Amino acid sequence: MHHDWNSPQQLARLRRRHAANRRMKWIGLAAIGLAAGALALLVISLVATGWPAFTQTRITLQFDLDPKLVKPDDMRKGSWRKIIKTALLKEVGPVKSRKDRRKILKIISRGAAYELRDHVMKHPDLVGRTITYAVLAADPFDQFYKGVIPEYIGEGEKRFFNPRLGSPVVVAAFRKLIDKGLVSAPFNWGLFFNADSRLPEQAGLAGAIVGSFLTLLVCFLISFPAGIAAAIYLEEFAPKNRFTDFIEVNINNLAAVPSVVFGLLGLALFLGWFGMPRSAPLVGGLVLSLMTLPTIIIATRSALKAVPPSIREAALGIGASHHQMVLHHVLPVAMPGILTGAIIGMARALGETAPLLLIGMNAFIPDISNMGILDPATALPTQIYSWADSPERGFVSRTSAAILVLLGFLLVMNAAAIWLRQKYSKKV
Amino acid sequence: MSTEPNATGMKPLEAAEAEEAMREVLAGEGVADAASELAPGVPEPETLAEGQMEGDPAVAEPACNQDCKIITRHVNVFYGDKQAIFDVSLDIPDRAVMALIGPSGCGKSTFLRCLNRMNDIIDICRVEGDIRLEGVDIYSGEIDPVLLRARVGMVFQKPNPFPKSIYENVAYGPRIHGLAKDRTELDEIVETSLRKAALWDEVKDRLHAPGTGLSGGQQQRLCIARAIATRPEVILMDEPASALDPIATARIEELIDELKQNYCIVIVTHSMQQAARVSDRTAFFHLGRLVEEGPTEQVFTNPREKRTQDYITGRFG
Ligand SMILES: Nc1ncnc2c1ncn2[C@@H]1O[C@H](COP(=O)(O)OP(=O)(O)OP(=O)(O)O)[C@@H](O)[C@H]1O
Ligand SMILES: [Mg+2]
Repeated sequence: MHHDWNSPQQLARLRRRHAANRRMKWIGLAAIGLAAGALALLVISLVATGWPAFTQTRITLQFDLDPKLVKPDDMRKGSWRKIIKTALLKEVGPVKSRKDRRKILKIISRGAAYELRDHVMKHPDLVGRTITYAVLAADPFDQFYKGVIPEYIGEGEKRFFNPRLGSPVVVAAFRKLIDKGLVSAPFNWGLFFNADSRLPEQAGLAGAIVGSFLTLLVCFLISFPAGIAAAIYLEEFAPKNRFTDFIEVNINNLAAVPSVVFGLLGLALFLGWFGMPRSAPLVGGLVLSLMTLPTIIIATRSALKAVPPSIREAALGIGASHHQMVLHHVLPVAMPGILTGAIIGMARALGETAPLLLIGMNAFIPDISNMGILDPATALPTQIYSWADSPERGFVSRTSAAILVLLGFLLVMNAAAIWLRQKYSKKV
Repeated sequence: MSTEPNATGMKPLEAAEAEEAMREVLAGEGVADAASELAPGVPEPETLAEGQMEGDPAVAEPACNQDCKIITRHVNVFYGDKQAIFDVSLDIPDRAVMALIGPSGCGKSTFLRCLNRMNDIIDICRVEGDIRLEGVDIYSGEIDPVLLRARVGMVFQKPNPFPKSIYENVAYGPRIHGLAKDRTELDEIVETSLRKAALWDEVKDRLHAPGTGLSGGQQQRLCIARAIATRPEVILMDEPASALDPIATARIEELIDELKQNYCIVIVTHSMQQAARVSDRTAFFHLGRLVEEGPTEQVFTNPREKRTQDYITGRFG
């Protein structure tokens, strides 16, 4: 007797199986949608708040570089604020009250004087001429121009003038500048190339980017070779006994230790015992390498494990010694996996904040001209932490912008991991 | 089990049946000239005195009238507590092909891997007994395993070229053993090895293409070229043609036929036809024991053991 494939029970069973298939697919899609949605929400909210920080309001004025004011012998002693004041009042028109004049001057950033000075110091031939130059607007007017803060706060009865903009006279003056087409908001290169500053309109991420780079460099140089060497030893050479089991368990534990613990360890060990300098990328890199080492060891071991035994046999079969087999055949095949693991470890290290805060790597670095691995530094995540703590409105959008920059770096690193993996596996 | 001295207990009728089956085997799979490949010119070694038991001292020193390349005595192999090879004594002649046959799991691969100490890399594996390559005990420490494996090359069941270029695959062995003084000499070794493996004409224009990009049969010939590039004295082949189609198999068999002029070859195979076609002597393993060993023609047409005959005629295994 043949089985009846068309019996009602059989058909019902088939329907149930198809339904289960569909359910499975929908659950999977829903899970992916959830993950993608969370990511999209994060990025959208960051872009929404961070967007204004990618442009910077500037005011284009005519500066009369009178040698009497510029003091070409030592421009540091020049009366730059006076030059700016003259240039601004020329555009705004005469203002009677001395108090209003002072308030109007606040439209321009305090940093503008230094910016203008540095510009002229770089081009000394400008002295004596009248130049057109776009100077930074102060933070409140930067925010006002971008529409982040309003002129009046509140509704109806409670409506009042926004005190951060000074007075209606100042706003009127600013409007006049806008009407004359002197106010613009070009792309904010300063966000990437300026050092940190107390003035939000001047603050940039250059110090944090360099600091993060140096820290990751130290971390990579230590944890990558050490991690691979440890993994090769454990996987290929170590005798399988209780001692190596014990080490293995501990490495897995180490990978799960919260990073703040490594920060405390670094504080006690590197700063306390070895007396290394505080806030230095060297110490940051050492601490982060403690953290990434287990990740790299684990990734490398699993990459080595995944190398097909046939390649090992092939190598040994023609008389390669154990280390030749590992170096010439197993390691190259495992390399994509190792690199992926290492880059993911480094990406984690890049975003790590707590251990860096503990060793003081949130230093205020207003000058990036000499940054070494022993000099005080800050890093991207700690910079985000400091900015998030600052009250100025300009730092709110800059914090989000800094997070976007950090995410950008992470994206680049993960893309590099994928690219390296594909490049290597193509060679194989 | 194999202590029964029943080798001569075969009834005439059964012997006739066996001969019949053997003829079928030889004629099988359309290999017309298989019988002629049995190379009747190969000198017949003295066969064992009939009726002697395995393990009997007289048999434990099997006669080998050709100069024997490898001599094994009382080899026992254990995987942990489990014994995989029981007291195998086998002589392997030089410049000839020795086939190891037997049902799956009987220990053919295990025995083969003893001959170049590939079992060393399996942690739980332990080898006992005496295995001599040209009279030198290979487990004694007199020969470094690394050098041993250069002298005793191996070709595996699944083609396993390195994920490198064809050239690098062949050049790797000579390079690590320092067999070539310079690049030209290395080029020469690569070319002769590929020629001997009957692969040169197919790959000479793409020596720097990846070896893994070749077809299965080409890959296996590449592995053979790689094995002979270190100028071994012995080549061990573990089911070298099991993953190949009949045409590729035929090429490999031709190759084995040619290589045996210069090498001692040990081949594991599941194909009776193949064993009959390429080998000069055949050893039948069963459950970890060597049941019978002798000239291929004799083992196939007139086996002394009932189990051998049953296996060859396809009654089990
Ligand atoms: N690495 C290993 N660990 C434990 N036992 C093993 C190992 N390799 C082989 N064995 C055991 O040893 C016995 C012989 O195995 P072996 O691979 O030598 O058989 P074989 O004759 O080559 O079989 P096949 O024809 O299927 O390849 C089997 O019982 C197998 O289970
Ligand atoms: Mg096998």
